[in-house]
Amino acid sequence: MELRKSYFADVRKDDLHEIGQPRPRSDSPGHVTGKTAFFADRNFPGMLHLKMVRSPHHHARIRSIDTSEAEKHPGVVKILTAKDVPHNVYTILILIQVGPEDETVLADGKVRWKGEAVVAVLAETERAAQEAAAKVKVDYEVLPAVFDMEEALKPGAPLVNEYHGQNYYLYDSGECRKVRFGDVEAGFTGADHVLEQSYQSSPIEHAPTETTGCVVAPEGNDRFTCYTNTQAMFFTLDNTSIILQMPGSKLHFVGGTVGGGFGGKVDVIVEPIAILGAKLTGRPVCFIYSREEEMQISSPRAAEKVVIKDGVMKDGRIVARKVTGYTDAGAYSRHSPYGAQKGAGHYPGPYTIPNVWIDTYCVYTNRTPSSAMRGFGVTIGDFALEVQMDKLARLIGMDPLEFRFINAYRDGDMKAHRQPTEGAALIECMQEASRAANWPVAEKYMAMSSYVKGA
Amino acid sequence: MAIRRGRGVAAINYPTGMNLGGDPTQALVHSTPTGNFMVTLSSVDLGQGMKQIMAQICAETIGVPTDRVVVDTADTDTGPHCMGTFASRGTHRAGNAVIQAAREARQVMLEVAAEELEVNASDLETDGQGNILVKGAPQKSISMFDVALSAHFKRGRSISGRGMFLIPRSYPEKETGAMKPSTCYAHACTVAEVEVDDETGEVTVLTVKNVFEIGRALNPKMVEQQLVGGSWMGISHALYETTEPYYPNRDHGGTDFNQYLMPGPGDLAETEIIVLERPSADGPYGAKGPGEMCANPQIPAVANAVFDAVGVRIDTLPITPERILRALKAQAAN
Repeated sequence: MELRKSYFADVRKDDLHEIGQPRPRSDSPGHVTGKTAFFADRNFPGMLHLKMVRSPHHHARIRSIDTSEAEKHPGVVKILTAKDVPHNVYTILILIQVGPEDETVLADGKVRWKGEAVVAVLAETERAAQEAAAKVKVDYEVLPAVFDMEEALKPGAPLVNEYHGQNYYLYDSGECRKVRFGDVEAGFTGADHVLEQSYQSSPIEHAPTETTGCVVAPEGNDRFTCYTNTQAMFFTLDNTSIILQMPGSKLHFVGGTVGGGFGGKVDVIVEPIAILGAKLTGRPVCFIYSREEEMQISSPRAAEKVVIKDGVMKDGRIVARKVTGYTDAGAYSRHSPYGAQKGAGHYPGPYTIPNVWIDTYCVYTNRTPSSAMRGFGVTIGDFALEVQMDKLARLIGMDPLEFRFINAYRDGDMKAHRQPTEGAALIECMQEASRAANWPVAEKYMAMSSYVKGA
Repeated sequence: MAIRRGRGVAAINYPTGMNLGGDPTQALVHSTPTGNFMVTLSSVDLGQGMKQIMAQICAETIGVPTDRVVVDTADTDTGPHCMGTFASRGTHRAGNAVIQAAREARQVMLEVAAEELEVNASDLETDGQGNILVKGAPQKSISMFDVALSAHFKRGRSISGRGMFLIPRSYPEKETGAMKPSTCYAHACTVAEVEVDDETGEVTVLTVKNVFEIGRALNPKMVEQQLVGGSWMGISHALYETTEPYYPNRDHGGTDFNQYLMPGPGDLAETEIIVLERPSADGPYGAKGPGEMCANPQIPAVANAVFDAVGVRIDTLPITPERILRALKAQAAN
């Protein structure tokens, strides 16, 4: 890695002592010698293991649940179903008033994706819990499922989630989050070329080294300590408090040393049910995802579809950009309504375009609920935007890097969501990339600056 | 049939934080009788090195070496509130809270030292080595150890401080979408060079040259680990990863690292990282959040390089050999 101090030297004081120094990490020796304690290193006498009975169907009505055989299995201590969860229907963003509550901790009457948790089994050993889970009999009536976002949005599509009433999230702005800036249709009319293209992604997995999980120990005084690898301590505590209808003062969360998150550990899935198990049995409980659960049960990055329509002039100026983004939330909201909205605030990318129209939809389908991941709401949008930029440049016969200089945002430029640009540095990044990659551009672009003229 | 070479470019920006929900983090700082400092937080270190960075920020602000600061974090009985580690917010939000808390603690420390040295607190400075000196008369000094002892046992002072950083919630305007979704923005430009085998559809990423503008590299070695890791993750996202290879079909999802494809060490490109620093107006010592954005520009850069190499557009991720071969076949048929 090289620090190129010549850029922005006039706005930066390099007079610091500890900041800017490549100090060795104090936790590295522990990590590389196996001495660092992670949540799963906590082991308590009498600790129970929790395993989930999961839906084998994408969409089904639950006719009945029979746990009698499982209860007789040696080592089984407690079996939990929906009726045991004090506030079973929840949604995590209710903490910032983004509702409605739309997800069950344990399925109640219905499952909406293959892998959904239905029954929790607590047993003396992991093996006993696994074997007993296989003995739980659930009678399902399979329902039609919808997997494709476009299909889900059509009239007459199977309804994924009754708590929403339609297969998209209803924002205060309607069926999508909207950004309107300038007159996009006039922009297309006046453009030399109009190009509309569609981009698509698949879900991907965070693939952390350490799978999601927690260990819960009763403190003996009606209080519970939860050792967890959540990415957000109080966010998880507050949601647990709601789900279990327990005052926050009864909950003590300990964490902060995590083997990789990437956004995969912000969903509040394992902690509430493990604490409930500890409360109802009076015993310590651990609930740790297997690698298979981490890959197919825990939320992936959402699949997205992005449609971009651009109006561009022969001289390289983009005069209009219309973006329609679809985020596949799967069966439940989790963080997806936020991610789709974050996308609306990110388009049209780091370019100054006078006419912009953005609609971003959060769509429900019968698949594993997606949620946050590194680059949430932005990564797939950037893929679409930057491939589109390459296509536009080639359409008008211009060098792709020079084309970006022409449109790059600079300090003071008004963004589509009506915030003036501050602290821009796109131009300088491209100038340095031009040098480093030996990708020459015209001298006028190398002389550009992100600073406002005369300021 | 041949191995074809191509290169592609992408340029991006990335927001720091999550203002669309309200974005608070708090911190407490106090000295122990040994003259060391504790930073107490509830922020989570995901492995990226948050604890180390908070120690360096506290040390810089108080004026002590980093190894005199211990970070105690993520116990909800002791740590003040943090929204969480996500949205590229950890360093930016918690860092600002730590600076505020450390400033308050530093002020008490200087006041105690001033009483011991019988001077005004405003006439004192720190040497960064654990001592407080009288400006212009450095022979007149006191160690932080002695200041801490004085505060605890003689003066009855608590060398401590409280820090709070809150970005108030922004509500998007319904019709226009006017909003303030984040604070500062990091930037990047990536050039990727690939080889594509037009017989097998296989892509080899030869080089990735990344330029990142991240406000301030608070610890350059840790910035490097994050940016290199992110660059690899971007390649992985572009060419390999998916839990549902035939999305929207739900079948064929990988359940372990044998089935879920990711690049191995031999599949990773020669990676170059160049860092620019335009300090942000509201970041701790000018830092922005580079954690998420560093994995983004490689994806379109690789996609554009594949087109440059073989003349087909793969607009669906991941860019698998199967998709490339199908596109080449369709191109030949036309």
